[in-house]
Amino acid sequence: MKWRLSLSQEQIVFVLAVLLFAVFSILLPGFLTAQNLLTLLRSVAVFGVLGVAMVIVVIGRGIDLSIVANMAISVAWTFQLANEGVPLPLAIALGLGFALLMSLIVGILIAYAEIPPLFATLAMGTFIYGFGRAHMILGIDVVYLPRDIGWLRSIGQGFFFGIPSAVILAIVIAFAAFLLLRYTKPGRFIYAMGDNYAAARVGGVPVRPVLVFQYLLAGLIAYIAGVITATSVAAMNTRIVTSNLVYDIILVVVLGGVGLSGGKGGVRNVVVGTLLIGILLNGMTIMDIQYTVQNLIKSSILLIAIIVDSIVNPRDEQTAQQGDI
Amino acid sequence: MRIWKTLLSTAVAGLISSLTIVQAQEMSDTFRDPALDAMKGKTIAYLPISLGFDLAQAWGGVVKEEANHYGMKFVSQDPNWSTDAMAQALTNLIAQKPDVIVTQNPDLQSLARLLKQANAQGIYVIQANMQGAVQTDAFVGPDLIGMGEEMGNIVVNSCGKNGKSNKIAIVQGVLTGGVSFFEVQGVKKVLAAHPDLQVVSSQAADWDASKARSITETVLQQNPDLCAIVDVWDGQARGTGAAIQQAGKRGQVMLVTAGGGAQSMCDALSDGTFDYAINYNAVGMGRDIATTIKMLLQAKPKAGSIKYMAYSPYRTMTKADVKEGTCWNPDTYAKLLK
Repeated sequence: MKWRLSLSQEQIVFVLAVLLFAVFSILLPGFLTAQNLLTLLRSVAVFGVLGVAMVIVVIGRGIDLSIVANMAISVAWTFQLANEGVPLPLAIALGLGFALLMSLIVGILIAYAEIPPLFATLAMGTFIYGFGRAHMILGIDVVYLPRDIGWLRSIGQGFFFGIPSAVILAIVIAFAAFLLLRYTKPGRFIYAMGDNYAAARVGGVPVRPVLVFQYLLAGLIAYIAGVITATSVAAMNTRIVTSNLVYDIILVVVLGGVGLSGGKGGVRNVVVGTLLIGILLNGMTIMDIQYTVQNLIKSSILLIAIIVDSIVNPRDEQTAQQGDI
Repeated sequence: MRIWKTLLSTAVAGLISSLTIVQAQEMSDTFRDPALDAMKGKTIAYLPISLGFDLAQAWGGVVKEEANHYGMKFVSQDPNWSTDAMAQALTNLIAQKPDVIVTQNPDLQSLARLLKQANAQGIYVIQANMQGAVQTDAFVGPDLIGMGEEMGNIVVNSCGKNGKSNKIAIVQGVLTGGVSFFEVQGVKKVLAAHPDLQVVSSQAADWDASKARSITETVLQQNPDLCAIVDVWDGQARGTGAAIQQAGKRGQVMLVTAGGGAQSMCDALSDGTFDYAINYNAVGMGRDIATTIKMLLQAKPKAGSIKYMAYSPYRTMTKADVKEGTCWNPDTYAKLLK
């Protein structure tokens, strides 16, 4: 019985994903083909990238609810500028600059003004969206891409050795984040701060700059995720800000076993969580399951994962204190 | 003498003609003033699902311009896709008692009770495009079921023959949204008469191009010989088209969609993203809404008593129909609405 107790939530979700994968492979003709698996990965690539951005913040015991707003407005603004005749590289620089500026403000609010991340990012998300819609994206809330964006189009629509470039980009970003968190000084600092902020500070970690750095990184990755989204459908829809995308991202992170209390988990957890969601969505689309039923199944699987976790890893006083936001 | 005679007759003729002019002016004045009086100072409240998308901007832009012409007050609110915010705004509007409310239903049921209440308070209610479960003074929008049938017929005419497969996919919007619900009903009505055609997938994309894209990618993966896809709205059909192109199946898988005829629709037709698009001309709908407002204010029926279905015209377009100025530029109307 002891081995069961050692199953972490990440492993439970991984087992669930493997089980689902096996069931779909047997029952659904056409599921287990190289092409379909690539399609599966392609459909959750953006999700995974945003998950990576989120996990960097969550490990440092933060949360970024402004991530979707920042992505949508900065990328939409980029392509609106391009539509108005601004050269594409300059438009990208301005858009990215805006995204980073917003992240910088978020970081400063949290690190120096010491506003809890939940409130700071919630407010900033609303601010970015409101400001963007009122002063930057003046026309309709969907910005269509100019026709001649050249190589940029291949980010969302191209292939690299037969693999969609969006998937490659997601893997590269995930790997880079993994290296950063695991092997660099700022990465280890993030873990230390998430584990015990006060101790990290006493131990000489430059906590405030590292906090700002986290949010800047999240903003940068979110911008890349936005460019993938926009180039794959030739439009940036700012309406996604009002969808529950940001909660889905948090879900992927938490589902993979990253505690919102910080200091734990890593990129691998996000990958596992993303894969489970990807397998589910792909399988259900193949089965042509009705949308409402899909939501029901999705939430049931998530509940099962959480219930199994609470049985296998019962909460004790210590985890209960740590695990709640 | 002759000169005097000529002068006199000219003078008389002139007098008579000027008299007729005066009389004619009086004739038109007698009709114009009451009409203008009926409209002047009235308040038009505009509450679409969001002010930020092409259709709502075209309708609102045209209605606002017309309201300004005739001295009506135009107020608008932007619930930004939130049904809650919309219900809240509508409740506030009813309390403010404007003369006309122009609104749009996010789904069949959410606003039904409030719309009925507005009518009961003597406020005229015009529902645009998205019909709700309650009928008010007027519905302005295309005959959505008829439009769905037309999309169905396009598919029926080309699939299951000439070496094309009998497989069809439908990409819906939001399941309970009026436009999606009724269009799909029309498509299914036609397909029911052709049991040889098979709907392999019918999924909702939530009006989102990215979602439409990933659904279509999977569907194309499973059904490489797919004949046609019906996507209920051109805004999300861009994602569907991107998936078709990515799979290298442009020209082989037919994409049929519908929309309000903004420039992006013409662009997608000319670059081959859409094969067929049914254009229900949102600017024309704006005019239909404005006309309905004028009619209601002048005829002064009891609120909620006429129940008029003002079906707006639509037409099926292909690449060949796209010319300079066929589609309208949303920015023009966005500026009018600001």
